[in-house]
Amino acid sequence: MNRYPAWKYALIVVVLLIAALYTLPNFFGEAPAVQVSSSKSTVKVDTTTLARVEQALKEANISADGITLEAGSIKARFGDVDTQGKAKDAIQKALTPDAADPAYVVALNLLSRSPAWLTSLNANPMYLGLDLRGGVHFMLQVDMQAALTKRAESLAGDIRLSLREKNIRHGGIARNGQAIEIRFRDSATLTSAKNLIQDQIPDLQMVEAPDGTDYKLTATIKPEAARRIQDQALKQNMVTLHNRINELGVAEPVIQQQGIDRIVVQLPGVQDTAKAKDILGRTATLEMRLVEDSAEARAAESGSGPVPFGSERFFERNGQAVIVKKQVILTGENLTDAQPGFDSQNQQPKVDLTVDAKGGRIMRDTSRENLKKRMAILLFEKGKGEVLTAPVIQGELGNRFQISGSMSVNEASDLALLLRAGSLAAPMDIIEERTIGPTLGAENITKGFHSVSWGFAVIVAFMATYYMLFGLFSGIALAVNLLLLVAVLSMLQATLTLPGMAAMALALGMAIDSNVLINERIREELRNGASPQAAIHAGYERAWATILDSNISTLIAGLALLAFGSGPVRGFAVVHCIGILTSMFSAVFFSRGLVNLWYGRQKKLKTVSIGTVWRPPSEGGLAKS
Amino acid sequence: MEFFKIRRDIPFMRHALIFNLISFVTFALAVFFLFSRGLHLSVEFTGGTLMEVNYTQAADVGKIRDTVAGLGLNDVQVQNFGTSRDVMIRLPAQKGVSTAQQSDTVLAALKTASPDVTLRRTEFVGPQVGEELAQDGLKALAMVVFGIMVYLAFRFEWKYAVAAIIANLHDVIIILGFFAFFQWEFSLAVLAAVLAVLGYSVNESVVIFDRIRENFRRYRKMNTEEIINNAITSTISRTIITHGSTQIMVLSMLLFGGPTLFYFALALTIGILFGIYSSVFVAAAIAMWLGIKREDLIKGPAKKDEDPNDPNAGATV
Repeated sequence: MNRYPAWKYALIVVVLLIAALYTLPNFFGEAPAVQVSSSKSTVKVDTTTLARVEQALKEANISADGITLEAGSIKARFGDVDTQGKAKDAIQKALTPDAADPAYVVALNLLSRSPAWLTSLNANPMYLGLDLRGGVHFMLQVDMQAALTKRAESLAGDIRLSLREKNIRHGGIARNGQAIEIRFRDSATLTSAKNLIQDQIPDLQMVEAPDGTDYKLTATIKPEAARRIQDQALKQNMVTLHNRINELGVAEPVIQQQGIDRIVVQLPGVQDTAKAKDILGRTATLEMRLVEDSAEARAAESGSGPVPFGSERFFERNGQAVIVKKQVILTGENLTDAQPGFDSQNQQPKVDLTVDAKGGRIMRDTSRENLKKRMAILLFEKGKGEVLTAPVIQGELGNRFQISGSMSVNEASDLALLLRAGSLAAPMDIIEERTIGPTLGAENITKGFHSVSWGFAVIVAFMATYYMLFGLFSGIALAVNLLLLVAVLSMLQATLTLPGMAAMALALGMAIDSNVLINERIREELRNGASPQAAIHAGYERAWATILDSNISTLIAGLALLAFGSGPVRGFAVVHCIGILTSMFSAVFFSRGLVNLWYGRQKKLKTVSIGTVWRPPSEGGLAKS
Repeated sequence: MEFFKIRRDIPFMRHALIFNLISFVTFALAVFFLFSRGLHLSVEFTGGTLMEVNYTQAADVGKIRDTVAGLGLNDVQVQNFGTSRDVMIRLPAQKGVSTAQQSDTVLAALKTASPDVTLRRTEFVGPQVGEELAQDGLKALAMVVFGIMVYLAFRFEWKYAVAAIIANLHDVIIILGFFAFFQWEFSLAVLAAVLAVLGYSVNESVVIFDRIRENFRRYRKMNTEEIINNAITSTISRTIITHGSTQIMVLSMLLFGGPTLFYFALALTIGILFGIYSSVFVAAAIAMWLGIKREDLIKGPAKKDEDPNDPNAGATV
């Protein structure tokens, strides 16, 4: 009786070891660090940048505790704040010689000090929510109706163009909300138009209806296409936001989709909301212009002559100067899509561009007149322009054309992204905003920590006095529960918030319930005259059904909170639910393991240390402790 | 140590009617205050701007109020928050004015009035978000009530489910009543606390119901009232110790958690206090009025209502 087989102890030891391992990173604290990320969408942080950073540090005689390159940014950790400051200056000097037009953002950051072997096991500290570390939180609502309307507008133009190409006469194309209405004189034209549209634009669904003496075709975007458009709009907005936020030099921004039409942006450590909002709302613009190829321009390109009248000098990413005409052919407004792909003839990477009907018309005229000349695509950010690419016009272009040439698959997808990300796909509104000062965050951590530790200490002290050795076991089980809870939260990389810390405290308070149930039950069995071993056995067995019932009903409440809660409620619910699960393990399985280890092997157990077992004197009054 | 030296079963159910009347009156009062005063909803629900500012010296709330009112903003609330140096300002949502402008103007005005003010936190929530939050909260509440009822009906019997849920809602309404009466701020965190209490309070009822079920099987000669009395008496020590330890935790939160956790902890405190009371006098009593009896739980072969995954399912027989 009351013995665990060896495998159960092995299981306990393994679980405890894993838990300890994953809890460990939380104790190392944070080291000052310098983070390097790109400030322009055209500049990428990669291994060459890493080499430059290493070189810069070496030259400045600064040794870093570790330099890593991940997710497009370089992070270098240092021993103290002093070195961090020097390192930042050194890196900044090496990477951004032109302070007015920096290509990289060099920002101060805090990184976990946990050793590399822990990080390689994916053991990272819990992610602290903004209320614990300070920063700005925005929730942006994307105007999906605007995205759809914009799309319908460009589709109407496409239809107009296709009908004209095929010489189908119509009595007018109008956009009514998100529906496109086309009128025809006779039903034969309507049918041929319908077939054409169906063929060329599969995203539309059409309804025909007589309209007086005319025939009317109403085309609307198919629901699945609408979903796709909305999804793309959201993704594009997120990419654009990402590019813009990079400029703020925020160490670890969070840009997350929430629901179908919302984006949450969290900028830890940022206090200047005005600047943050300014940058979030800023627009980058894309322009297509012809390259000036006169002899003077060639000279200006190589730097041996002035820039000809009516043109400007811009640079490509590799620093090559390009002289382009001031006249703008098209802007990003007209660009509806850009996707990377492969040329079907020579299998080379390419980027497919789609422009709206107006853009298509301009492209056709421009390309016809400027065959075999170069056309530059410029991206303007922060008022500064840069040539993304300047391909040669190979043939007459329509509203769909491609850029191909010597580029890698990566370059093609980057270019497509840049072309798309230049501007927002749909307007956004800030519908929620929070700023938490850094001192408040630090205060919140201490307060949360104090409430957990004081409550914990008092409970353990009480349990040990009231239930003696069994109370001590319960106390150890409670500590194990805390360990498991922190380990699971760290493993899941759940965001810890102040309500989360409150849930931790509450979970501990409620976890002791299982042990109280068990201990009371054992006392009761003893009171009724059971032998100590039998009492322990029956106490655990009988309490189990109750523990299961009460924990499951609590878990139901927790899961409902998780399903419908948002923000702080969710943070609370995650910890609450995990706490219930870990408490079942620690309070029943683990604590019984301890009891079995202590008492289980004793055949002739006379007494157990579970505090007073009081019996009514009338029943013989053999009070035993 | 032993706090509970109970010789005989305490006749809790003898006074059930009186206690039920008392709960009914408190419940009715809570509902009354809820409707007459309403909840003082936080910015999260109503939409608007919230600013927390800090002064180096004790802040003059009246002066701040005048300063803010001087900006022509209506319905502004200014109150101390935590310490005398921290002040919370709530501004209602204004049409046409962005909140950034709103909070910037207010901060600028406060700075001119006294330069030692620092902004610690601003929060802005648009009205549509608030509405959604309130709806989600109600959905969560409905889900919890439904889920718990189904589970209890499955594990015990419908009468127990009804009794437990009435007892729980009783607790929840009373917490809300307190918040309405004292006009404490009802925030999202408080909502989380209320829902946690719902889960917590059902715990209590379940422990007692479990014992009632066990007693029905063990003591075949007792009548329902005696069985309930015995069940409550034999679990009362556990009930009080468990509540005590949870209360210690919550108290620790109330004392050390700072102003942000204050109302959260307060809601839990009320919930825990009423939780003991409601599971003893409300849940058990209602179960008694609904006429629980031995036959409800022991239908045919006694194991029918056990969870097949429960290794100790038979242990209580």
